[in-house]
Amino acid sequence: MNKKDFGLLVLILAVGAVVAALNPRFLLPINISNTSNLVGLFGLSAIGQAFVIITGGIELSVGSMIALVGVLFVDFIATRGVPWPVALVLMLILGVLVGLAHGLLITKLKLQPFVVTLCGLLIYRGIARFYTQDATAGFGFGQDFPLLEQLTTGKFYGIPASVIALTVVATIMWVVLHRSVFGRYLYAVGKNEEAARYSGIRSDRIVIWSYVICQVLTVLSAIFFAMYTRSIAPASHGNFYELYAIAAAVLGGFSLKGGEGSLIGVILGVVLLQELQNLVNLLGIPSSLNFAVMGGVILVGVTLDQQWGQFRERRLTKQAAQAMGSTDRNSVAAPGEVR
Amino acid sequence: MLNTEPAARLETSPFLSLANIRKSYPGVVALSGFSADVSPGEVIGLIGENGAGKSTLMKVLGGIIAPDSGSITIDGVSHDALSVENSISAGIAFVHQELSLFENLDVAANVFIGREPSRFGWLKIIDREKQRSMVTPFLARIGANFAPDAPLANLSLAQRQMVEIAKALAMRARLVIFDEPTSSLPLSETEKLLAIIAGLKADGMSVIFISHRLHEIERAADRVVALRDGKLVGSLERSEITHDRMVRLMIGRDLGAQTRTATSRPGKAVLKARNVRTHAYPQRSVDIDLRPGEILGLAGLVGAGRTELACALFGVDKMLAGEIEFDGAPLKLGCAADAVSKGIFLVPEDRKAKGLLLDMPIVENITLPDLKAYSSRTIMSGRREARVAERQKSELDIRAPSVTVAAKSLSGGNQQKIVLAKWLAMHPRVMIFDEPTRGVDVGAKAEIYWLMRRLAGSGVAILMISSDMEEVIGVSDRIAVMCEGAIVGILDHKDFSEENVLLLAVGADIKTRTQS
Repeated sequence: MNKKDFGLLVLILAVGAVVAALNPRFLLPINISNTSNLVGLFGLSAIGQAFVIITGGIELSVGSMIALVGVLFVDFIATRGVPWPVALVLMLILGVLVGLAHGLLITKLKLQPFVVTLCGLLIYRGIARFYTQDATAGFGFGQDFPLLEQLTTGKFYGIPASVIALTVVATIMWVVLHRSVFGRYLYAVGKNEEAARYSGIRSDRIVIWSYVICQVLTVLSAIFFAMYTRSIAPASHGNFYELYAIAAAVLGGFSLKGGEGSLIGVILGVVLLQELQNLVNLLGIPSSLNFAVMGGVILVGVTLDQQWGQFRERRLTKQAAQAMGSTDRNSVAAPGEVR
Repeated sequence: MLNTEPAARLETSPFLSLANIRKSYPGVVALSGFSADVSPGEVIGLIGENGAGKSTLMKVLGGIIAPDSGSITIDGVSHDALSVENSISAGIAFVHQELSLFENLDVAANVFIGREPSRFGWLKIIDREKQRSMVTPFLARIGANFAPDAPLANLSLAQRQMVEIAKALAMRARLVIFDEPTSSLPLSETEKLLAIIAGLKADGMSVIFISHRLHEIERAADRVVALRDGKLVGSLERSEITHDRMVRLMIGRDLGAQTRTATSRPGKAVLKARNVRTHAYPQRSVDIDLRPGEILGLAGLVGAGRTELACALFGVDKMLAGEIEFDGAPLKLGCAADAVSKGIFLVPEDRKAKGLLLDMPIVENITLPDLKAYSSRTIMSGRREARVAERQKSELDIRAPSVTVAAKSLSGGNQQKIVLAKWLAMHPRVMIFDEPTRGVDVGAKAEIYWLMRRLAGSGVAILMISSDMEEVIGVSDRIAVMCEGAIVGILDHKDFSEENVLLLAVGADIKTRTQS
């Protein structure tokens, strides 16, 4: 855990303490459990988004994919009688194909990620609405899938299934991001695609993989969301969820320029966002202000982070300048330089 | 005028006077006590090899960088450093090698960019008619054959240069600095440019003319000033300007010390490239053989297509046409990874953008191309990585507190050593060095040469692109010279001389020319 992540954790605990002091219901097991369930749901898609953001890209179609996968999945298992494991595999394949399409358009046709995924956002939402004729997809009365429900909305020893899923996925993805060759390549491509290419990295493949990973995790979270809400209105389900994911990543120390951020950071970002949502509810702030609170906190957080970075830079420069005074002119190091 | 020649031209007070300008970058002294005067109506030819400090001097005059010490006197007003505004308001204008114009605007808009005549008071609607009529006299003065409303995108390179000159005139420039203005012009256009310069001089403007093409300097300049290693090494008055004297000033020292008897006994070519065409010069093609144990120098002027050739051989840019044979078998290069897997490595010219991940630690830079070797089942081993990085650090003498500091915190020479280290940790068969010692201090330079020599000794084929004449002659076993996208000559060791290389590079013939 780096300094940035630690700072975020302290902030989460501090906000939590304040909310708990103002409204003790914050610490009720039911509240903690609900909030952590939401952390699990949003966390899955946020990790996917994080992989894309590290490469310097962005994935805007997440919310629409959550709606599309939601209606397809529910329709398949509830009305078409497809066994749910089969439906799940089909959805995952859909995710792979969508991610592959985005990645290929971005790397081979050199389209901008924002444009490609914005089109995805519009297209998948449209397909979702068309597929159900804008009707809400849901389960019939008394219809149940005990195992699926236990795995998605159930609890194990009091811990929501989504939290367990997030823990498993986060652990795997932490290894991938921070310990695997692929993870190192991701950062390298995000930091300086050209230098990565000049080092013999097939950067196109790395970028394509990041979109595939993002979509697969999005599909996974879409299944959880579908089972959690149980009825999916294709026009509104999942709206803005891509922005939650991006916001979580930014809060967690990711740079939209790429090459920066950690897995723990994005998880903490999700936790903080959900904590803020919860805070709005518990402190009696009108829920219409929900987004405004979130936006305000992100803005303040990012500004502080930026200023702190500049402050450190200036301090380093000053130190270097002092060091310069005492050394020979010709062999002197520039600000922040080590000889 | 020189400090060392006082009181020779007292009657005209200089427009610009530089005294003892110093500027150093980390590890490199770019200017070490440069002094010169420029009188009104004087055309000064500024010569010097690449890296002699010319561009730093221009940046000082343009107000882009501040000198460490020294003073700049314009019209009797002395400054420690100029700002960009100072420079413009004093009437210093640049006509750059890479033009700084807007392709999407017309000629008049380019000339008046940032100073557009406007109408309707605070609304500041650009008065296009007025703008065009204002630019007409300037265009006429330099004999431009295009209209003020011609879109820039339709103009040739020479015509664009005229737009830049018109811009300088419109800004009431008193000193126009031409930075390699003719390097991309055909001969007929060069004649026009020289005529324009004569016209500016007749109007009492000062001109600084920077060029590698010595015969143009010979024709245009009233005085030649030669820079070497950041110092003024000599100046020639009008009557003294000859081609030979200029070359001698640029070279500046006896050549015997640098020449070295050829020691290598190269074997059969490991990499053969045939009919390689790159996007820089699509109509020209290059054949080149790289032989194990040999350092082949690739000389030429900036823009001769050398870097493009290197990128094509490394696979990082697709070649337009051509075949590559490696170890006797055809090799298709789709991307750099294909070359890397064969042991063909490139040390790029632009170290910071292409050679290094500046924010990443030294160790991660070194292990990046060969990470799979330091991992088991794709999980990296930090210990193995660190071991290799430490070994490379001590072997190449990379001066850094530890291998975990970011690459950007090191000096140019040490950064370059990291780029070398990452390839040397693997098994190079062919190494392409593009300007290997640019921005590298003298000590590290010597170490890099030694390393190249050792690599060649161990049977690696080396291609070294360099614009540093001393380096090309001192390090190469043979020298191929490129001019406008083609290899115009290959010099064997006995024919090495700065003059031969320079002559080939500017497209002239040489007497001792031999084909190998």
